[in-house]
Amino acid sequence: MADASSPRGAALQATSLCKRFRAGGREVQALRDVSFSVKPGIVTGLIGPDGAGKTTLMRLAAGLLMPDQGRIEVLGMDVARQPLQVQGTIGYMPQRFGLYEDLTVQENLDLYADLQGVSPAARSDRYDELLHMAGLAPFTDRLAGKLSGGMKQKLGLACALVRQPPLLMLDEPTVGVDPVSRRELWDIVYRMVEQHGTSVLLSTAYLDEAERCSEVVVLHDGDLLDQGTPDTLREPVRGRTFAVTAADLPKRALQARLARADGVIDALVQGDHVRVVMEDDTPPDLEAVLPEAKQARVEPAPPRFEDAFVDLLKARTQPDETPRSDAAEVPLEPAQSDHVVIEVQDLQRRFGSFYAVRNVSFAVKEGEVFGLLGANGAGKSTTFRMLCGLLPPSGGTLRVAGADLRTAGAEARARIGYMSQKFSLYGNLSVAENLRFFSSAYGLFGRHGAQRIDWALEEFALAPIANSVSAGLSLGYKQRLSLACALMHEPGILFLDEPTSGVDPLARREFWQRIGELAGQGVTIMVTTHFMEEAEYCDRLAIMVAGEILTEGTPADIKAQAQTPEMPEPTMEDAFVELIQAHDKEAEAA
Amino acid sequence: MSEAPPTPAAAPSGGGASMRLRGLMRKEFLQIMRDPSSIAIAFLMPLVLLLLFGYGVSLDAKNIPIALVVEQPSADTASFTASFQGSRYFRPSRYNDLQQAEAAMMAGRVDAIVVLRQDFERQLQQAGGTPIQLIVNGVDANTARIVMGYVEGAWGTWLQQTARLSGQSFDAPVSLTQRVWFNSELESRNYLVPGLIAVIMTLIGALLTAMVMAREWERGTMEALLVTPLAMREVILGKLLPYFILGMGGLALSVSMAIWLFEVPLRGSLWVLFVASALFLITALGMGLLISTVAKNQFVAGQIAIITTFLPAFLLSGFIFDIGSMPVVVQAITHIVAARYYVAILQTVFLAGDVWSVILPNAGALVVLAAVFLGLTRRNARKRLE
Repeated sequence: MADASSPRGAALQATSLCKRFRAGGREVQALRDVSFSVKPGIVTGLIGPDGAGKTTLMRLAAGLLMPDQGRIEVLGMDVARQPLQVQGTIGYMPQRFGLYEDLTVQENLDLYADLQGVSPAARSDRYDELLHMAGLAPFTDRLAGKLSGGMKQKLGLACALVRQPPLLMLDEPTVGVDPVSRRELWDIVYRMVEQHGTSVLLSTAYLDEAERCSEVVVLHDGDLLDQGTPDTLREPVRGRTFAVTAADLPKRALQARLARADGVIDALVQGDHVRVVMEDDTPPDLEAVLPEAKQARVEPAPPRFEDAFVDLLKARTQPDETPRSDAAEVPLEPAQSDHVVIEVQDLQRRFGSFYAVRNVSFAVKEGEVFGLLGANGAGKSTTFRMLCGLLPPSGGTLRVAGADLRTAGAEARARIGYMSQKFSLYGNLSVAENLRFFSSAYGLFGRHGAQRIDWALEEFALAPIANSVSAGLSLGYKQRLSLACALMHEPGILFLDEPTSGVDPLARREFWQRIGELAGQGVTIMVTTHFMEEAEYCDRLAIMVAGEILTEGTPADIKAQAQTPEMPEPTMEDAFVELIQAHDKEAEAA
Repeated sequence: MSEAPPTPAAAPSGGGASMRLRGLMRKEFLQIMRDPSSIAIAFLMPLVLLLLFGYGVSLDAKNIPIALVVEQPSADTASFTASFQGSRYFRPSRYNDLQQAEAAMMAGRVDAIVVLRQDFERQLQQAGGTPIQLIVNGVDANTARIVMGYVEGAWGTWLQQTARLSGQSFDAPVSLTQRVWFNSELESRNYLVPGLIAVIMTLIGALLTAMVMAREWERGTMEALLVTPLAMREVILGKLLPYFILGMGGLALSVSMAIWLFEVPLRGSLWVLFVASALFLITALGMGLLISTVAKNQFVAGQIAIITTFLPAFLLSGFIFDIGSMPVVVQAITHIVAARYYVAILQTVFLAGDVWSVILPNAGALVVLAAVFLGLTRRNARKRLE
């Protein structure tokens, strides 16, 4: 069966696909006239932010949805006419991996082998191969629910591969898992391609993963923006990307200035420099933008897929959709003081015999942006809930603004703002109603309350959609509204739990820009994220793995730990991988 | 299906079907064993319900506290009140005057007052006389009616006895002799416990099945199942069979408890009971699966199952409330309540025997409903996510 992907045609061919959904009385166009093909024997990436239409496309290809218009063919079969044949042929891993959490690793494999009709004789060899590849051989008796996120992901993949499929479709297989597991997944995928000639269609919201694909299909808002190899996609921005360094300016201030300069499409903090994408091949005019920076330098930089994507998005966005351009200036002098506002000592949290958080200690100073970086399940959110007084610790001490929020009065609580994962808004209330509710929840009434609501509507450019129901907003708007709600009472400390999960790169940039401004005004910010590159926006960060902090420091310090002669300029992800591997070796030795 | 799939070995085939079904069933049993809530609904809930209804709930009038007010004691009043003393239905207490008795009724200490008036003797001799007065607390209409019936019965019996003893002929126009059939002790447990089996089977068949199906949607495992060579009928069968077996287990438990713990007579044959139960269980599973084609999260599935299957099985099946005395519209609705037919069969098989004229039409109705529910499920369940 391994040769089923003979090069007699595309592994998947989509022609003028349209798909609409009705949700809560609203019509959503999930896909708009999308046509592309997936070549056999290579990895094709389906790239776009949440809500782009990736999952809809995957489900159309798997025969789980029917297109409103257009046609989709998989391995020469029309999916609409022969769904069962298609489903019996491909390997498919849905989001969240489709595992039975109350079944063991072995029982999950057995189930899918039964369903896929793998003959009992062939099983033992196939299991050995898959378990070895996924690194799950020692854990066959463990319940799938008790595996780490990375192990679940690999078990899900093993189940999709239990009968060697000619086409493998993976829906966001790498979301939220740690970078080591992500790399391992990519290794397995490429082994399939090389050894068995498998065709792979893989969707992801991580733009850096586009670089690992042989071909990329870019989706945004139901539209196909582009298709090609990562190289051809990067071509439009070639020669337009630069790296700006200014040793005497804080990175965030430098980025904010450059982002607002003429001719600049995108400015992004990356390591010790700011990466800039220009409208054409003239580098930014540093004299005009940064008159006070004496040591500013600009150098050409190689283009990345993300640059091209942002370029494409900017071209589509109407200028009035982005909030106010006369942004508050990020001050050149950092607003940090030496006053410690968050202090955590030996914090622990047990759930039964399982330590979600163990021996966690750190201190955050006023006006600092402090990040907790880690995969899903590393203990970031648990730490946050303890800090906000939502969950009692099992051990250790913590002080936020000089108090333990679990026992402190309303006054101390009023000093913090909290934005939870997935933006806890009232979906059936309008934007203005949400703002009104949160302002009254914080005790802002009368003239002051009205002022804050006006401020939020203006500051976050929410006025045009003030009467829209918030459930129907795009993820970027939800994120904006959610941050506005958390800021209603002008808190001195802001907790942000996975604030940028799934939003498109433009919304993400805008968000970090705002965070930079808040920090500049002296607000202390604590943020969790599983995006490695976002760590660069933090003044300091701690890397969490399995409930423990592996290391803590400035982004530059942490990356320096992974520096080797072979890797003179490690990325944050390289550093993370290095740290985990060193940690695992230590654990093995112990 | 005009084109041959490129990889014939992967196509759904007859041989693979049994392997797939076996795999699905093994998975389902492992899940049932590891999930405390399935075990709770299948075995713990029947146990609790049976104990509650078997011991706790009784619709019989027994030891009802009544007040006896005798205004002018005599030999006749003494002999009449004595007939209350020995009764298992009443717990009489004496009051000297009506006011005290009324106060006791207000305070809830007695449920009825029997007043023998001053002119008891005179009224007794007079044609059309009304020697006794009965005042009943009508708040609980059911108990009130029972008390009235019992007191009338006690009065009639006493009159006859008195007449016979004194050698007079008692010329009542009609002499009423009661004989209660099927449940001669008028033990409410004897019809509540069989009826309860219908409720338990509904819980396992409809509620549990709708919930576990919704769980598969909620956790995203259904999406993974659908992209396998499984046909939709196999998905349905893979749920139906395990929960059928679980439901029959619940039935065995309930029937054993009914017979051995609560000593409900089983006058019909066991095989009729089990065949009829299997039929009802398939109907209930059909309802559960039909609900799951609409409700894809556990909360909604649970709510729909409770409102459309569990509550009707309780209220509209004739298990507690007699269908004949319901308003006509509600009576019409009970015709689509499968539990109604099953309760009729259960009560017949337990208390009367294999009465085919009752069992066959009711079983026929169950067959029709099972076919309708499963047919609708088959039609509505698509291998799709929309």
